[in-house]
Amino acid sequence: MIAETGLIALWLAAALALLQFALGAIGLRADRQEYFKAIRPVAVAQGLFVAFSFLLLIWLFLRSDMSVRLVVMNSASVKPFIYKFAGTWGNHEGSMLLWVTVMGLAGAFIALFERSLKTRTLVATLAAQAFISLGFYAFLLVSSNPFERMFPIPAEGQGLNPLLQDPGLAFHPPTLYFGYVGLSVAFSFAVGAMITRDVGADFAKAMRPWVLGAWIFLTLGITAGSYWAYYELGWGGWWFWDPVENASLMPWLAATALLHSVTVLATRDSLRAWTLMLAVVAFSMSMIGTFLVRSGILTSVHAFAVDPERGSFILALLALYIGGAMALFALRVGTVKEGKHFELVSREGALVANNLLLSVILALVFIGTLYPLLVEALTGDKLSVGPPYFNLATGPLALMLVAAMAAGPLLRWRRDNPKTLLNRISIPILITAAALFSLVLFTTGMSVLALLGLALAAGVAVASFAPLWKRNLRRTPLHTYGMVIAHFGIAVALVGMACESSFTEENLVAAKPGDEISINKWKLKFDAIEPMAGPNWTALESRITAQYGDGTIHEIAPQNRMFAAAQTQTSEAALLTRWNGQLYVVLGDGDSQGRWQIRVWWKPFVPLIWFGGILVALGGFLAMIGRLRRGYKQRKQREYAEATI
Amino acid sequence: MKRFLVLLIACLAFPVSAQTGLPPAPYANRQLDDPQQEAAARELMEELRCLKCQSQSIADSNAPMAGDMRSQVRERIAAGETPEQVRSWLVERYGNWVSYNPPIASAVTWPLWFAPIILLLAALWLARGRFRKPKDDE
Repeated sequence: MIAETGLIALWLAAALALLQFALGAIGLRADRQEYFKAIRPVAVAQGLFVAFSFLLLIWLFLRSDMSVRLVVMNSASVKPFIYKFAGTWGNHEGSMLLWVTVMGLAGAFIALFERSLKTRTLVATLAAQAFISLGFYAFLLVSSNPFERMFPIPAEGQGLNPLLQDPGLAFHPPTLYFGYVGLSVAFSFAVGAMITRDVGADFAKAMRPWVLGAWIFLTLGITAGSYWAYYELGWGGWWFWDPVENASLMPWLAATALLHSVTVLATRDSLRAWTLMLAVVAFSMSMIGTFLVRSGILTSVHAFAVDPERGSFILALLALYIGGAMALFALRVGTVKEGKHFELVSREGALVANNLLLSVILALVFIGTLYPLLVEALTGDKLSVGPPYFNLATGPLALMLVAAMAAGPLLRWRRDNPKTLLNRISIPILITAAALFSLVLFTTGMSVLALLGLALAAGVAVASFAPLWKRNLRRTPLHTYGMVIAHFGIAVALVGMACESSFTEENLVAAKPGDEISINKWKLKFDAIEPMAGPNWTALESRITAQYGDGTIHEIAPQNRMFAAAQTQTSEAALLTRWNGQLYVVLGDGDSQGRWQIRVWWKPFVPLIWFGGILVALGGFLAMIGRLRRGYKQRKQREYAEATI
Repeated sequence: MKRFLVLLIACLAFPVSAQTGLPPAPYANRQLDDPQQEAAARELMEELRCLKCQSQSIADSNAPMAGDMRSQVRERIAAGETPEQVRSWLVERYGNWVSYNPPIASAVTWPLWFAPIILLLAALWLARGRFRKPKDDE
């Protein structure tokens, strides 16, 4: 009964989305106020029904209801609670339902709380949002019904992919989806504004929190995904330019560009057409990301659905939405003025540099990711494009971007003097030069890119605080602090990346219990190896005593796990974090002589990569709170002024 | 020390090959003694695709075939081959699919390497148009 109720709720939500779209489309055409009034409650109801349907799916997973096909295929009754719960979206159907749920709730949220936008633009936005949702409802109901029953009812499910059985699953996919959906809202705003030809500062201010929110979630999602891959795969890599990683990076790059251009639009009423274009591109990138990941066109652990029918369905949706938006953009761009003028050396100028560099990086990631598919389709040759290409093609641009990031916030809007800029950033430039000089002098074997990156990071870390220089810190707005922290976070992450790629030490050994392994200032003693059992796995656990140069002693226990349901092995790395780096120990296979493969890495400052990512997200969060509070105050003041007249 | 290592290699290599029936891969999970050679091998291994995996380099894969390839790479580097020689030997055997570093001098992949320059020029051209016309202030 639960499954059927869930399906009915899903159908009702789809019908409400259709109604929402129709009310908006007909209402705008006929200019009927009563339609405008009706669209808000319909959007709220749609959100509630789809959320109810998703809750019921979670309930089915928690109960391990083996009459539902999706539960059978992706769950097992002897699985820890958290993976039953998170397993709801650890599969194709569930993750699509999560997507459309977040979208429905976002629509409901706009309908309830958005007050600053003109009514017509708001209605157009909600109609566009419903139109996008409709495609996903159709997809779920036609080719990916999550509530499908199964007969005969099997006694036990097939379990969840062991690589996904990690707390990361509870966190990583939903955060990325919140990000993708946030970009869909920004896209709906852009479509709404294009339809009603109402592109200006007010529109930018209404759209900005959604862009910012999406960007925060994408930042967190990518950071979490990177750390998850780092510790779960057991080889210490944190970014491989894998197509699936790129699929999440591309929307982030577009969202970062959009975030900066929407600020220009909100503050200076400039870059109108460009901002609209970026909103279209950002959402296109999240759709393409979903297509790449879900269609199975890139086979990987993410592609639960290796199914051509679903792939073509998503491709059709992709063509419809992106094609439609591009056509609308092409039709309306002529009527949108670019807005106020500014000079090359100005805050806007730096933000344009930011946007162009991000766009070029985005285009390169896009080309590099899809190029092998294109070549294979055209010639049948298989080729690989990986880290050597992406690092070399995007690395120098990323460093230029970071340099622009240091200078931009110190420039005035509209027009500034290049000489005074040079004065303001003389200290960071000196620091960068000094860092570069000492790195060249005292280190060996660093790549040029890592060398420049580390030196630049030192200067930028200081420069990111320069906007606070000589300001009254208590009266500085919160969003300025947000920017400072986010930019500082980029420098911190850059330090981690450069150190990881330059100073990592590796030691691979075959050891017997009792043997010692040394790396950097660590001495590891392999004490014992013991079998153990978890709820749905058995493992061999090694006991290792790790002693650092200063005498501190730690006990670590890397494992080699065997999952019964899937007959797969995973290695659970042991990680020891110190302020100056991370020790990474993995237990491999044993041989007939009683020796065990043990892989040990010392990675100086590697945690800074993810710590930086979290700082970036935190900066975004502060900026969002600051903006929302300011917007709320301004609206209250306006309402008060109107009431007293 | 050297003698001990040789002994260790000998112990390692034979039982493993006897057990699995694969060709002996003594250097699948063993580093080369010369740190410079090991660094060169490591760098190359990170740029080679594990053919049995979904999207991993041979440097970070548990697949037996990746282990064999690691061993091959290390042995060839130790024998004095340059990383590029090893790479082209592997590309000859498995095609461009095996290398994550697409060649520049190839009819199929050169556009990839020119894309950054072309895109950057296009971006500059776009920006130039934006800054050129100081006529309309709104």
